[in-house]
Amino acid sequence: MSKFQKKNAKAKQEVPTTAMPDIVFMLLIFFMVTTVLREVTLQVRVELTRAENIEKIEQKRLVSYLYIGPQVLGGNVYGDTKVQIDDALIDEMSFIRRIMYDKLLEQPKLIVSLRVDRESEMGIVTDVQQELRQAGTLQINYSTRRLQ
Amino acid sequence: MFKKKKGRAGAEIPSSSLADIAFLLLVFFLVVTTIDVDTGIGLVLPPPPDESEPPPPIRERNLLKVLVNSQGLILINERPAAVTEVRERVANFVDNANRANDENLSVSPQAAIVSIKTDRQTPYEIYIRMLDEVRGAYKELRDAESMRRFGVNYDRYRASLASPSDDEVRRIYPMNVSIAEPDPGSN
Repeated sequence: MSKFQKKNAKAKQEVPTTAMPDIVFMLLIFFMVTTVLREVTLQVRVELTRAENIEKIEQKRLVSYLYIGPQVLGGNVYGDTKVQIDDALIDEMSFIRRIMYDKLLEQPKLIVSLRVDRESEMGIVTDVQQELRQAGTLQINYSTRRLQ
Repeated sequence: MFKKKKGRAGAEIPSSSLADIAFLLLVFFLVVTTIDVDTGIGLVLPPPPDESEPPPPIRERNLLKVLVNSQGLILINERPAAVTEVRERVANFVDNANRANDENLSVSPQAAIVSIKTDRQTPYEIYIRMLDEVRGAYKELRDAESMRRFGVNYDRYRASLASPSDDEVRRIYPMNVSIAEPDPGSN
């Protein structure tokens, strides 16, 4: 018993907190660097398919997304299948060529990630692919989730 | 002048709330950050067709034609096949030299080309499942080759490489998947 009392008698048993702001700042900088703030608001429904043999895309900066799916009309109503790039729906297929060509000039190693709704048909996907070929953006990626 | 300044006490910016501010920012970025990486099936499209230059000749036996028709049925070299069959068929076709040595299958894994064609009404999901199986076949072959030569599976072998161009397994089994030109009149 006396042992414990001796220990208690000694003063200053605090954790030093002077380095805490430094640690917090370090974490803060890490998250600031990794964060990608710009997220688009989807105007089409994209429910991804699942697959087994998939790969990760490490360099998120190289990726440009292209969404294909039925247009969301509000509630549970869906319209025709449409293509969306960034925040806008694409009315005419030939626009894709120009948009993607501009993006390719900015980022020569561009990877176009196609996020296609699972209930789509290949017709529109083929059309998009033809446009991408014309634009010269040949690296593509069919976005899929891992099979559970 | 200097003496006077020294004499004045407590002329510091109060920094006790610095940690609080930093924490607040930290929490904001923690909440906003999405760590999930994009996963998917990578593919390289063929460059646009050049009218002045005819496509390079390919021997018929080096080409495995996979068609997914509008009903979502898979035809390999014009014969119907189940999705579950695709992996086996592709593996046999690509690795013919080490397996069956069939006259009608590819000369070597390097020469083998899997050509994929779809109709406009083909369901996307079935197309992806088929593509997944084709990739699965290549993964099997690469894993086996990597195990045989280096004693680790392909993913671990690739992680150990200094640069991706040193990949010998990939040189033996390059994935030649080509998207066929769509029919001009089909709608």
